[in-house]
Amino acid sequence: MRVAAPARPNPARTEQIIVFRVCGELFAVSSASVQEVRSVDSFSGASIEIFVPGLRKVRHVVRRGDRSLFIVSAALHFDLPPSPGALVFVLRKTRTALLVDGIEKMTAMTRLQSLPKSFCHEERLWYRGLTTVDQTVIPVVNPEGFLSPEELALLDASMTPLEIRCGEDIEGAVSAS
Amino acid sequence: MTVSAELDLQAFVLLRLGERRFAVPANQIAELVAPSRVFIFPHRTAQIEGVILRRGRIVPVCDVAESLTGRRVTSRRLYLLAVRHYGAQTEWVALPVTGECELINAEMSAAAESDAPHVAGWLSHAGDVIEVLNIDAITPGPGEIHAEGEARHLLETRP
Repeated sequence: MRVAAPARPNPARTEQIIVFRVCGELFAVSSASVQEVRSVDSFSGASIEIFVPGLRKVRHVVRRGDRSLFIVSAALHFDLPPSPGALVFVLRKTRTALLVDGIEKMTAMTRLQSLPKSFCHEERLWYRGLTTVDQTVIPVVNPEGFLSPEELALLDASMTPLEIRCGEDIEGAVSAS
Repeated sequence: MTVSAELDLQAFVLLRLGERRFAVPANQIAELVAPSRVFIFPHRTAQIEGVILRRGRIVPVCDVAESLTGRRVTSRRLYLLAVRHYGAQTEWVALPVTGECELINAEMSAAAESDAPHVAGWLSHAGDVIEVLNIDAITPGPGEIHAEGEARHLLETRP
């Protein structure tokens, strides 16, 4: 006769997150969506400056293999005061590298509440939802919400063949370092 | 008072925004809560000030005073947690109010076509004629996006 094993309480499902700072504001991003974290210094030599009218949040691009990675200023994306930024998050499965001021902490969230429906503008694209960390409500960013397909098309169109070639050269320099 | 007249009475919560009083049907009010920390993060919905934490829920704070009275609520205030409908779904929304709220029973007169969309009706209380608020109309929601989209479409298609 088999005796049923005692029921174990289900462990709460958690998701590892990185809580980061931009102009004094806190945001969170899923650790799984961050491919790498680089200092701005390590990127500065590898990036080339671009200027797209109406898209102030992207000022630099880095060439990675056969694709361009656009460095998005999180401060300008969220309409915060301009900030030089200190770290760059390369976001997995996107063409975005996010410029932020610093990492506050790495922790786990047990609950992600969807953004209340009263929020009905661009923030619905910006955020996956809201979570609480140490009794503080923090928005969890959507990695795909920093550059829309239209913005990506605009950025691609703005890049000259020369810029693309330069980026490829620079990428070689980074890989060698 | 006749039995039929009693049946027409509904419960309303009277709230104060600056110098004016408004009413909300009591069945659309979840609770009245003391001032608490408002968490603010970047967004673009102008009417939403931030969110508060209440019983584990994250509740948006919507300052309706500006659109109703022309002035924001800045003094020490309470939050009236109202039920906002989004189709079949409901969510709480926190309305900052000044002063204490009052529960009354009154008979509501239906709004006229000429009334603003946020007016669900009118009631008479203590010599005042008071607007009954339509919470769904006075707080932002996905309809706002549709309305904006339609407006943009109209502008684009205009010759």
